[in-house]
Amino acid sequence: MKHMIPKALTLVSLTLAAGAWTCAEAAAASVPIPTAPSPEPHAAAMDYVATLFVFMLATFVGLDIIRRVSRLLHTPLMSLTNAISAIAVVGSILIAGQSHESFHYNLLGLVAIVASVTNIVSGFLITDRMLKMFKKREGAKR
Amino acid sequence: MNDTIIQLAYLVATALFIFSLKWMNDPATARRGVLAGVAAMVMAIAGTLFNPGILGGNYKWIALAVILGTAIGVPLSWVPLTAVPQRTALSHAFGGLAAGLVGVAEFYLMASGAHEVTKFRVGALCAEVLLGFLTFTGSLMAAGKLQEIKWIPSRPVTYSGQNFINLALLAIAIICCAMLVMNPTEYRALFPVVVFLALLFGVLLIIPIGGADMPTVIALLNSYAGLSAVAMGFMMDNKLLITAGALDGSSGLILSIIMCKAMNRSFTNVLFGAFGQVQATSAGGEKKVVRSCTPTDAAQLMEAASLVVIVPGYGMAVAQAQHRVREIYDELTDRGVSVKFAIHPVAGRMPGHMNVLLAEAEIPYDDLVEMDEINPEMPQCDVCLVIGANDVVNPAARTDKSSPIFGMPIIDADKAKAVLAIKRSMNPGFAGIENALYYNEKTLMVFGDAKAVTGEIAKHLAGDEAA
Repeated sequence: MKHMIPKALTLVSLTLAAGAWTCAEAAAASVPIPTAPSPEPHAAAMDYVATLFVFMLATFVGLDIIRRVSRLLHTPLMSLTNAISAIAVVGSILIAGQSHESFHYNLLGLVAIVASVTNIVSGFLITDRMLKMFKKREGAKR
Repeated sequence: MNDTIIQLAYLVATALFIFSLKWMNDPATARRGVLAGVAAMVMAIAGTLFNPGILGGNYKWIALAVILGTAIGVPLSWVPLTAVPQRTALSHAFGGLAAGLVGVAEFYLMASGAHEVTKFRVGALCAEVLLGFLTFTGSLMAAGKLQEIKWIPSRPVTYSGQNFINLALLAIAIICCAMLVMNPTEYRALFPVVVFLALLFGVLLIIPIGGADMPTVIALLNSYAGLSAVAMGFMMDNKLLITAGALDGSSGLILSIIMCKAMNRSFTNVLFGAFGQVQATSAGGEKKVVRSCTPTDAAQLMEAASLVVIVPGYGMAVAQAQHRVREIYDELTDRGVSVKFAIHPVAGRMPGHMNVLLAEAEIPYDDLVEMDEINPEMPQCDVCLVIGANDVVNPAARTDKSSPIFGMPIIDADKAKAVLAIKRSMNPGFAGIENALYYNEKTLMVFGDAKAVTGEIAKHLAGDEAA
């Protein structure tokens, strides 16, 4: 019973976040359709407000979830979020993969990929290695 | 069509990231969380690789970079658990570097007119570059301090006007950013200045911070690494980057708040306070009496107890004593003595450091107890064994208003019926504060290296049983 409320809250915030995203996508998709003479400034404004919404909701979801992470696991949590923050790999791949006037741009992207992949690989591996060690007392029933 | 599929892949990846963190709330489900995280990352990378803007000829380069990253990453995950704080700091540095480099590339693409320029995007880019590069050098410094590399002083370095210089540098960087937002093409010469100031600021920010504050700083750098990913997401209009970065940013923020609370200090105090210098002690020349005993005495004392509480600290990690501690734990529990571990939130050099070390030594996590839960039990505790912990058991935090750690929540070791403290010598701890606990008449000091002493205690306990 005690866990019902947090669970429900998480579900609600998840739904909200997903909803906001869908709205944002819909807004982004629907803007070009009217093909008004100059929709550009308006579209750009819509775009970044939508991303700010996503950021705000994701932060609230994050704060809520992290607060309930067991204190036992704060070190693995940190290495896990380390791996997650290596999501910067997405941006790195885009820069490294696109065609540019000079290959220097791609090179910057490639170095960024090396750095992020290092984080992804070592972050997930060491998190799992640490978590494997956490064991309950033998025979203890709770 | 393709774009929709990519966005849907990102959507699923976001949900998986959230579940990944949610499953961390219990050690029983935590490994599932890692799996979810890996799945999310695979979806994110796969989705990005399908982006139509990526040139076919560049895949081989990307593959090469991924292989290289894996080759560095795998050995990095084999570090001993005592070195996890350094490794974590180093990872933050990599994360900051990646964000910073992407920012640099994107800036010159915008400035040369290859990519669309809006004020919002340039602003986000500046934030990304500032956060990315200051995280890069700051984390490298932190890793160096934790690794105790010779040319990086692990003691805080302070000089007069330090805070003024730091704030002035930050102000100049922000002014440069503002000008770049106004007109990125005209003021493009300012961009390298911003990069340089961010790199410099990262170094200067960490120099005055001592080892005892590392848990807070690492958590804060974790947050910055996440926020730089958020800024990258704003710049590239990529919602996956924003959500994943925000999750990371909030995680770092919460952890650093917990650390600050556990030390009864504020953010500004940690960042600008230069804690951990050896304080000019007010104690004067008054000679206090310290009583010591041998490991054998210590073993006998614990054998006779019914509740033993062990308070581990950074000293246990340094001496790698956790496996010997486990032997003591086994011997005592075999005899029906109940043994608990009292974990202070800032014990060690990063959040949760002690829990991981004790888990490595296969101590069941049910016996690792948080400070707030153990303190009411302390008066019933027969023997409190302090291994390499110092400030977190210093009663001055409760009683001595002039002490720099006054008001910090501590583990009430002094309320136990007897205290055993394993320590190399009477030198003050990292914060440079004398510990009144050692002069308490209930306290017996066991001098020596934590590993050697715990080993002897364990040997004595085992030998007794055999006889």
